[in-house]
Amino acid sequence: MSENRLTNILVPVFAVILGIIAGAIVMIVSGYDPIAGYSALLYGAFGDRYYIGETIRQVTPYILAGLAVAFAFRTGLFNIGVEGQLIVGWLAAVWVGVAFELPKVIHLPLAIIAAGAAGALWGFIPGFLKARFRVHEVIVTIMMNYIALYVSNAVIRSVLSDQGFKSEKIHPSASLRSEFLQSLTDYSTLHYGIIISLIAAVVMWFLLEKTTTGYELRAVGFNQHASHYAGMNVNRNIILAMVISGAFAGIAGAMEGLGTFENVSVKAGFTGVGFDGIAVALLGGNHAFGIILAAVLFGALKVGALEMPSAADVPTELVDIVIALIIFFVASSYLIRLVLTRFKKEGK
Amino acid sequence: MLNILEIIIPSAIFFAAPLIFTALGGVFSERSGVVNIGLEGLMVIGAFTGVVFNLTFADQFGQLTPWLAMLVAMVVASIFSLMHAVAAISLRADQVVSGVAINFLALGLSLFLVKMWYGKGQTDQVQVGFDKIDIPILSKIPVIGPILFSNGYLPSYLAIVLAFVVWYVIYKTPFGLRLRAVGEHPMAADTMGINVAKMRYIAVMLSGALAGIGGSIYATIISRDFSHATISGQGFMALAAMIFGKWHPLGAMGAALFFGFAQSLSIVGQAIPFLKNVPTVYLLILPYALTILALTGFIGRADAPKALGTPYVKGKR
Repeated sequence: MSENRLTNILVPVFAVILGIIAGAIVMIVSGYDPIAGYSALLYGAFGDRYYIGETIRQVTPYILAGLAVAFAFRTGLFNIGVEGQLIVGWLAAVWVGVAFELPKVIHLPLAIIAAGAAGALWGFIPGFLKARFRVHEVIVTIMMNYIALYVSNAVIRSVLSDQGFKSEKIHPSASLRSEFLQSLTDYSTLHYGIIISLIAAVVMWFLLEKTTTGYELRAVGFNQHASHYAGMNVNRNIILAMVISGAFAGIAGAMEGLGTFENVSVKAGFTGVGFDGIAVALLGGNHAFGIILAAVLFGALKVGALEMPSAADVPTELVDIVIALIIFFVASSYLIRLVLTRFKKEGK
Repeated sequence: MLNILEIIIPSAIFFAAPLIFTALGGVFSERSGVVNIGLEGLMVIGAFTGVVFNLTFADQFGQLTPWLAMLVAMVVASIFSLMHAVAAISLRADQVVSGVAINFLALGLSLFLVKMWYGKGQTDQVQVGFDKIDIPILSKIPVIGPILFSNGYLPSYLAIVLAFVVWYVIYKTPFGLRLRAVGEHPMAADTMGINVAKMRYIAVMLSGALAGIGGSIYATIISRDFSHATISGQGFMALAAMIFGKWHPLGAMGAALFFGFAQSLSIVGQAIPFLKNVPTVYLLILPYALTILALTGFIGRADAPKALGTPYVKGKR
């Protein structure tokens, strides 16, 4: 294994360790017991079958949101709009789930495809504006998040319900819920979505690493001018990257709409899953396999945190602090790399 | 018609004030070449600090409390913004990512502390707020007086005055020239003996200070308490205002006023006859849709500072 690759793996590991240590320090300073806090967290994430089921359920959208962010990252784009793409995907999935009555083999895929298409559309707009007008995608995707939030709330109020706060429950033929998985995990909300998200991870890996399209997408991400010179259509690739990224995000929304909640309700604010996807992608090194690991970590942190207030009297927000610091340390990897190279030099 | 304006305009200014402060902060940071997506998080810190200070010291300081709370929020948020500065300037982190981390951390930390100190997810209501005032002389002007200068909050007027001050600082002082130079071409600035890192640190801390003020007056005037939903997108809206205003202080102020106008329409619009039938969703998405249009170039081209988002590494071409 080359040294560079080793550093690439060590940086996220160090970031996680530093983040967890910093969380412990926060607990000590605030007068909580860090050992009790972290054991409650661990128990709340993996303590018994029910908690494991809940953790896997939380990991499902995290993987997809992470893939969405990472796919854009790999092609040189920063998609902060995963949150908005997820919201429209959620809405579209539930809409299809409520509006039609079809056999499951058609209905469920249709609902998921609708979610992917809605997310893709939401990604297409910033992609198109970037390709056509050179507008920076970060700002456009942030704005698109808010538009998604307000538009989906308006649709839920006026179309999917009669001025109510949530849609009807989707038909069972569009549901991802599984009696089998639920009974296996002591009746948690675990659903088949995890299989879809793992397949999506493989799809992303294959698409980026093993196909010509993926090669072009990555090339455009590295150097637009060189790609252009090599005869690639830069604009087409930018749009395609955002569309695929948005589709991943939309399917993440379908996981919530068809699996976890089986409906869609009016939201006062963002779900946060899309933003957590940024953390997942960064920590996972924008690699499909790394993303699965990072999603498991953040899913476990989020679900485990729910156990902390009752078992150790620590507010759940401690986990948000830890996650923020992990992102921070990964972003400032320059520091970690500097320390690592120092160590190596001294070791020689 | 005049009656309607008397409802809408003051509430537009009222909603715009926090946006103006924060957007001006954004102008400082981005003019120096540092992207600041963390404005939202800095507003959260400002709102949190302002409310906690107000609740804790209202008995000691009386009517002075909200002003002191604003100052404390300013200092705390500017210290908090140092994290972004260190990451983005010294550690050469991706500035957008570091800003995202700031947003996460601000919300996580402040809610953690609220739960620790108050034992619940939100604070109590702030009892001592800013007083409403009529500006002497100006409020006596017929027609405009009652609409623009009566029954407003002093911080709102302060925000507008500050926009002109910031304009003067950025365009008419040596400091402002250096700030812009660092954001456009840091290497040239460095050659001329300007300390690029120092300028950028100052700019980011100023953005923290102003976003802190924005957050604290938002919390004191509009939400009156602090919870997870107190600051929900105002920071991003301020960011939008700054871009819509083409990275110019007065432009940012104008855009913030306009966004405040759209917000107040979406809230008081139900009371206005010809707006009653417009679904609020259009007014809610208006600021964001307009920002996208502005960026696209339909409303004049908006160009960011040239070196925006790139860390400066000495000696690197």
